[in-house]
Amino acid sequence: MQLIGETLAALRGERIVFRNVSFEVAAGEALILHGPNGSGKTTLLRVIAGLLGILTGRLRLLDDDGKTLTDDRRDQAFHFISHQDAIRPQLRVQETLRFHAAILGAPVKNVDAALEYWGLASLATHSAGFLSAGQRRRLSLARLSLQKRKLWLLDEPTIALDAQTRAQLSIMCMEHLSKGGLIVAATHEPFLGDPKSLQLGPRA
Amino acid sequence: MRTFFALIRRDVTLGIRASGGAALSAAFFALIVVLAPLGLGPDMATLKSASPGLFWIAALLATLLGLERIVQPDVEDGTLDLMRLSPLPLEFVALAKIIAHWLTSGLIITLLAPVLAPLLNLSLDAVPVLALSLLVGTPALSAIGAAAAALGASVQRGGMVLALLALPLNIPFLIFGSTAVAQAQTNTDPTQALTLLGACSLIAVVVGSIAAATSMRLNDD
Repeated sequence: MQLIGETLAALRGERIVFRNVSFEVAAGEALILHGPNGSGKTTLLRVIAGLLGILTGRLRLLDDDGKTLTDDRRDQAFHFISHQDAIRPQLRVQETLRFHAAILGAPVKNVDAALEYWGLASLATHSAGFLSAGQRRRLSLARLSLQKRKLWLLDEPTIALDAQTRAQLSIMCMEHLSKGGLIVAATHEPFLGDPKSLQLGPRA
Repeated sequence: MRTFFALIRRDVTLGIRASGGAALSAAFFALIVVLAPLGLGPDMATLKSASPGLFWIAALLATLLGLERIVQPDVEDGTLDLMRLSPLPLEFVALAKIIAHWLTSGLIITLLAPVLAPLLNLSLDAVPVLALSLLVGTPALSAIGAAAAALGASVQRGGMVLALLALPLNIPFLIFGSTAVAQAQTNTDPTQALTLLGACSLIAVVVGSIAAATSMRLNDD
């Protein structure tokens, strides 16, 4: 799989947050987005996810045969972990992840293993409202374990995580890359040894 | 299909557990019906002629209550992003939300109304028609409300704006619904009003799902 962006520009509100952004991510590669607050890292991730339209340029997600993925297959090709964690205090931890599995179209049987992997198994029947910031983050990241998808779009994935979970996330990402996966991550911290980075401009 | 039912289950669970959900709708409906005789006075004939309208006004107001929790919280916590990226088309996501809202408002009101009927001196013959009219008509109130709520969420102003948007669209249901009940009370055949109510309701559910999905898609774009 391959992700190619050419001379992209995007609007947020009435303001152009970035313009003339080009990048290429091939199988097994990670692209780290850098830039000050408001430089459009989250916007770019939302653009790649297809949640936001682009003003100019061209964005293509190619499958292994070099064909552009069509809309319905496209959404199934990536995980998007935004900084919003889609967690409701009224639902239990396990209920939350089961719901996420259903909405992703992932098998529910993977839920318990994912909770186990992310150290949330003992909290499964607790209300998600009592989770700490780091635990909420882990519950969002647990979506990565629900279903194998080629491209991971991660927005500030390491925020609020403890050192051990950070290490676990790095290992998981490295494994994903070694199996030919792709990662695009926005972060202010060193992540995956910064293999390939894209600097988004300062606030206009 | 699994995603569809998971969505309904989740929204119903939230509707039951969240404050301002199903219990509040039911309590609000019951309160209006209980308070109406105190305001209108003890004249049985007056109550009898006012009761079909009162029941329907109470139903309409009670379904307005839960509207804000249909879409707005999902926009705020990022769940809407997941829904937009789901393999389930957004129209079905919207339909699931309408069904869930109806299960936690319209259905409960439908079950509650026959029990409360004697309070407004509704004649016994009209009670089944009241229940039937609410069963057929309240899904439309949820559907129109969901469309308005989705629109309200995408312009980032919920609350009163969406209530005002939704109210005029509910008027046909108020008219057909209360007419059917009034006709049953005066021994006129209510079939025509009920049929019209059902037809409008079906249209509202389909159009409401599509309209809500369109608003949800526009969100953030």
